[in-house]
Amino acid sequence: MNSPTNGLTIAVPRGALFSGTVDLLAGLGLNTDELRSNDRKLLFADIGVITMRPSDVPTYVEAGAADIGITGKDVLLEQGAEAPGARGRAVYELLDLGYGRCTMVLASKAGPDPAVEALRRLGVMRVATKYPRIAARHLEETGRQAEIVEVKGSVELAPLTGIVEAIVDLTATGTTLRENNLVVREEILVCTARLVANPVAHKLKAAEIDDVVARLRAAGA
Amino acid sequence: MIHPIPSGTRDVLPDETREVRAITDALRGVFERHGYGEVYTPALEYESVLERADMAEARPAYRVFDESGNVLALRSDMTVPIARVVATRYASSDPPLRFCYFAHCYRGVPPQRGQPRELLQAGIELIGSPAPQGTVEALTVLCHALDATGLKDYRIGVGDASLFPALMASLDVPQDARAALLEALVRRDFVGLGQALADSGITGEAAELLVDVPQRRGGPEILADTPAPAEDAVTGLRGVHELLEPEVAARVIFDLGLVRNIGYYTGAIFDVYDPALGAPIGGGGRYDDLLGRFGRRLPAVGFALGVDRLHIALAGEERGTGALLARSDPGAEREGA
Repeated sequence: MNSPTNGLTIAVPRGALFSGTVDLLAGLGLNTDELRSNDRKLLFADIGVITMRPSDVPTYVEAGAADIGITGKDVLLEQGAEAPGARGRAVYELLDLGYGRCTMVLASKAGPDPAVEALRRLGVMRVATKYPRIAARHLEETGRQAEIVEVKGSVELAPLTGIVEAIVDLTATGTTLRENNLVVREEILVCTARLVANPVAHKLKAAEIDDVVARLRAAGA
Repeated sequence: MIHPIPSGTRDVLPDETREVRAITDALRGVFERHGYGEVYTPALEYESVLERADMAEARPAYRVFDESGNVLALRSDMTVPIARVVATRYASSDPPLRFCYFAHCYRGVPPQRGQPRELLQAGIELIGSPAPQGTVEALTVLCHALDATGLKDYRIGVGDASLFPALMASLDVPQDARAALLEALVRRDFVGLGQALADSGITGEAAELLVDVPQRRGGPEILADTPAPAEDAVTGLRGVHELLEPEVAARVIFDLGLVRNIGYYTGAIFDVYDPALGAPIGGGGRYDDLLGRFGRRLPAVGFALGVDRLHIALAGEERGTGALLARSDPGAEREGA
C-alpha cells in the first residue's frame, strides 16, 4: 500500500460530482493537480484515475477497468435492477459519500396541475425524463398510469411545448425549474454520491479497498 | 445475406472451438480422474420438475408448450436436472455418486447488455457426501481442474449461505425485516443495508455486526475472532479449512459476506475469481436439501464453471491484460490508451 489510494484504479465522474470527488481524493493524499488542471485528459495512469461521465462509472467498474468508482445514487438506481430480484449492474455499493446532494422530483407547469387533469380525463399522464426506469417505477408504485417519454437533453422543454404534462428530473436548487415556470409536485428520492466497487476487486484487493473505505469514513463521508 | 440470430446467442467457429475444446478436454480429464462420470440430460424439461428447486433469480426463463399442452422449460443450470436423475435413475444406488457435465444452460438476460442467454457450463455434482469432506473434495477437484487448464492467478472465495440468516436470527432481527436485509446483501448494497437496518429500528451492536460481519474476507485468520451468533457457520468453514491440502488452501479467500440469489444453497458456497476478469468465472456450493425435494434425501455439493468466461480469463492472463490486470504496469496502460 504505497500510494495514497493503495494502487487502486478509481473511476472519477466528470460533471457535477467532479470537484467534490477530486477534493475527496486530495483528502486521501492523492496529488490531484493535473486532474484539476487538465479537463481533456481521460486517463491519469500515474495516480490511478480514469475520468468519465457519471453514468459510465458503473459500466467501467462492473467490467473491472476500475477497482472502485464514484457516481450518483440516481445513476445506480437508473441502471439498477428493473424489478425486485432482477439483476442490475454488478457493482457493490460501499459508502454514501454525502456530497452531490440533489432530489429526484416530479414537476409540472405552475397553476392547476396538468398531470392531474390528464389523469382524470384521459386516464394516463405523459412524463418526460432522462430517468425512464426511476420514473416508471415511481409512477407504478403510486398507482398511476403513465406514458414515459425519454429525452436526452433539457427535460424542462418538454412540458412547455405540450408534449408531456410532467417531468421527472434531478434538481439541486430548483432554479432551472423556476425559470421555466415549473413547480415541484412530489419529491421522489434524495440522491448523493456513492462509492462503488468491482465484485472481484472487492475480494482480490480486500485490504486495499477496506483501508480506503475506512479512511473515507473517518474523514466524515 | 445476413440472417440474424437471437441476441445473447452466438455461433462458435473453428478457431474458437479448438481453444474451447482444449479447455473442456483438460477439465474432463481431471473430472474423470477423480471418478466423476459424464452425463447428458435433455435441454428441455417439464417446467413442473424444474420448479421444485426454488431457483429464485436463476429460474428457467424460456418456456414452450408441447403438442399435449405440457409446459416445457429450457434448463437454467445442470444441478437441478442431475438432482432429478439421481432421484429417478439412481433411487437405490449407494452414495456417494459422482457426476460431471459439459452442457449449455439458458438464462434470461437484461435487455441491451449483450449478456449470453445460452452459456456452456462445465461442472461436477458430488451426491451423498456431507460437509466438510464433500465440500473439501469439490474444492480440491475445482482447483485441480483450473490448474489443468493453465489458469494461474485464480482465487476461490468461500463463504456460507447459512451465515447471514443465522446471524439475523440470533440477533433477534424481526422476521419481516429479514428479507429486505438479505436482499440488500445479495446486491452488496452496504449503504442500502445500513438504511434497511435503520428503517427496521435495529441499532447499536446488532446493527454494527450485521454490517461488519459480511464485509469480513481474507485468509483463515478472519475465522478466528468471530462473534458468537455466526459461530456455527464459521465452525463449518474452519472444518473445511483444516482438511484442505496446502495448494488448495492457498487459493481460498474466506468471505463471510458471500450470499447467493439461488434458493437451494444451504451451507458452504464458493465463487471463482481471476484478476483477468471483472466477474466470477464460476461458483458452487452445498445444496443439502435439494435432493430431498426430488424424493431422495442426500447431502450434496457441486460447482459450475462458465467455459466462455474461463476462456476469456485464460486469454487475458496470456496477454498479461484484462480487467484487474491492466494497471499493474502503467506503461502498458498508456500504450493502450
